[in-house]
Amino acid sequence: MSSYEQLKTLADARWAELTEGNVPWIRIGMSMCCGQASGAYETISAIKEHLSATGIDATVSEVGCLGICYASPVVDILVPNQNRAIYGNVTADLVVDLINKCLVQGKTPKKNLLGVVDTGEIKSKGLPYFNELPQIKLQNRIALRNAGHIDPKDIYQYIARGGYLGLNRSLAELKPEDVIEEVKSSGLRGRGGAAFPTGVKWSFMTRGKKPKYILCNCEEGDPGAFNDKSILESDPYTAIEGMTIAAYATGSTNGIIFIRHGHDGPIDATERAIEQAYSVGLLGKNILGSDFSFDLEVSLTGESYVAGEETALMEAVEGKRSMPRARPPFPAAYGVWGHPTTINNVKSLSYAPSILEHGAEWFSSIGVNKSTGTAIICLSGNIKHPGLYEVPMGLTIGEVINNIGGGVPGGRKLKMLQTGGPLGGVLSSDSLEIRLDFDEMRDAGAILGSGGIIVADDRTCAVDLTRVLVAFCQFESCGKCFPCRLGTTNLLEIVERMASNKARIGDVELMKQIGQTMQIGSLCGHGQLGFNPIESAMKHFKEDWNACVEDGVCLTGSCDKPHFNPINTRSFADAPIKSTAPINLTNQIGENHE
Amino acid sequence: MSSDVTPKIGPTPDSEKQSLKDRINNAVRTQKRPTVTVLSSLLSIEDDLGYIPKEAISIVAEYNNSTINEVWGVASFYPNFRFDPPSANTVEVCWGPSCHLVGANDVIKSVLDELGLDGEGDTEDKGVTFKFNTCLGACPQAPVMSINHRMYGKISAKQAKSYVSALRENTKGSHS
Repeated sequence: MSSYEQLKTLADARWAELTEGNVPWIRIGMSMCCGQASGAYETISAIKEHLSATGIDATVSEVGCLGICYASPVVDILVPNQNRAIYGNVTADLVVDLINKCLVQGKTPKKNLLGVVDTGEIKSKGLPYFNELPQIKLQNRIALRNAGHIDPKDIYQYIARGGYLGLNRSLAELKPEDVIEEVKSSGLRGRGGAAFPTGVKWSFMTRGKKPKYILCNCEEGDPGAFNDKSILESDPYTAIEGMTIAAYATGSTNGIIFIRHGHDGPIDATERAIEQAYSVGLLGKNILGSDFSFDLEVSLTGESYVAGEETALMEAVEGKRSMPRARPPFPAAYGVWGHPTTINNVKSLSYAPSILEHGAEWFSSIGVNKSTGTAIICLSGNIKHPGLYEVPMGLTIGEVINNIGGGVPGGRKLKMLQTGGPLGGVLSSDSLEIRLDFDEMRDAGAILGSGGIIVADDRTCAVDLTRVLVAFCQFESCGKCFPCRLGTTNLLEIVERMASNKARIGDVELMKQIGQTMQIGSLCGHGQLGFNPIESAMKHFKEDWNACVEDGVCLTGSCDKPHFNPINTRSFADAPIKSTAPINLTNQIGENHE
Repeated sequence: MSSDVTPKIGPTPDSEKQSLKDRINNAVRTQKRPTVTVLSSLLSIEDDLGYIPKEAISIVAEYNNSTINEVWGVASFYPNFRFDPPSANTVEVCWGPSCHLVGANDVIKSVLDELGLDGEGDTEDKGVTFKFNTCLGACPQAPVMSINHRMYGKISAKQAKSYVSALRENTKGSHS
């Protein structure tokens, strides 16, 4: 068992060796959102090959996402006694030249250079500074403070950069109630979509009873959002420390991080990190020598968007169909396997270490109104610089899109914004003045939700985009509540009719009725908000709807292109059942069910 | 999925059934994550075998003290699971809104044309399984497709077509 001071001393020594030693350190962004799909595998093997062929000594690390996904593969080279230079779009064919210039000739080539960071007293002359890039300058990274900087396989790098200070302070100086108070007064609100104050949620946990559970939700099935996965992939330790703090505050004994099956990057990174945390006494019995113990594990879900809903998530943890439960009883009293449970999103938990390290006042000084801290924005669609940007709350959507995202490419005009996941609805181009603020966005008829912003240019018809969103809602409906199950299917039918210029009289009215029924008659947000995409698109883009519905002509032509989407064959379809073996009656009694 | 799964069409011969059962049992019993449930057992079998054979249902039910109905319920709910041996290769294309806006439909169309399919499913020769994916998690690189779980971003319809046809060429070679 090591004390925090012992760990920190060791971590600092290792970090100094990496950053101030004589061996160059090459970091390559390998996360799902950028590196993997853009050829970083080829880049990293080319680098390793070249280093071993030439005998150049350098440390090579696979790191997470610096946020500048548009420039991936990103290669970050720290040259001792010179500088740290970050290069973008480094495909495998550029590697030999780049490595030779940087590590043999001692130069900082300008080709592909995004910017430099001075590491010592020597100032880089005539080179752009990395931190002056608008994509970096406008950010304030808290949850993502280590992403792209540390090796997600090395817990000591996390500790060296201030990791576990928050937990250490909590365990040494604060009572669980004080931790909850600190988080409450920081104003932290849940980043999963509902924006419920995190500290208040923690305080609901039933006292006394054990075991108690903390669940960390990384289901993240929304298209256009990848921030939870990126946090776990780039810096799993911050989520793990956050969960440990939450467990201490709520008196929980067990934690489960819940990730979608198939997302191997975050799964591997998290499991490795948990193993390391156990090995140095940051998880398990008597953490950091205190009398607080906490066990943590990873659990996988099948592909199901609704599994991100908190009660459905508990069902999936128990190994069942991810269908929401009726509330009450609320999870804080009766959660997973009937034990008191608190469920937080990855992002919400990842703020906790910094809040406990720097204090509630520091956190609440960032942001605006009742939305404190930062928003982690995933920018994608028709945008010049898509990426993962953590910006202070209160920035306007326009600043995010134009200053950070570089605007819409190809001289096109911005037409639509789709925020907060497929159920969040769409906004028009006159919404650029709206600030990133939970309440301001809700008043404007959109949600900040999980932080995804999908940008659509003027080639897209609102009906066409709505068709995709409704198809998603239909595909992901779990089927438990019939208004949602049948409603989304009917809505998709109608929108498809409209998109193929075959709308019938009364279709608009019919859609509204279905939408209303879904809102009243569904257990969870999936059905309750399922009409949002249509309602908001009809409100903001009347001409598009009128043209497709009444005139039978699509204004942009995007509805007329061939269109593909899967159809939900879950739960209420009978396909696989037909091929099952005869049911074994002795197994049907289920006497061991509790 | 992995290419070591030989495509089988039709019922499993008795001689292979025993080894299939052994593989299922092995997958169920050697799960590395501490919490074992019906879902985790099914995922483990899917990972090892590439599909859920019908023999697996009763094994999972017994192992988890559950029922055949309940296990079928879970297996039929999640679109991860398939119930016959997969093709040698899996091609997935993302159809989510981010990818849709930058041309996913063209990519899907060219992949389907190349495979001779009109939606999700296996090619006739069991060389390739095509799946829609709601989000592969690489939205900045849209449109995205994945071939045997390796992602390719900023892909054009033409590139997608050539990747798929190269994949089919290679697969043909390995089976002849």
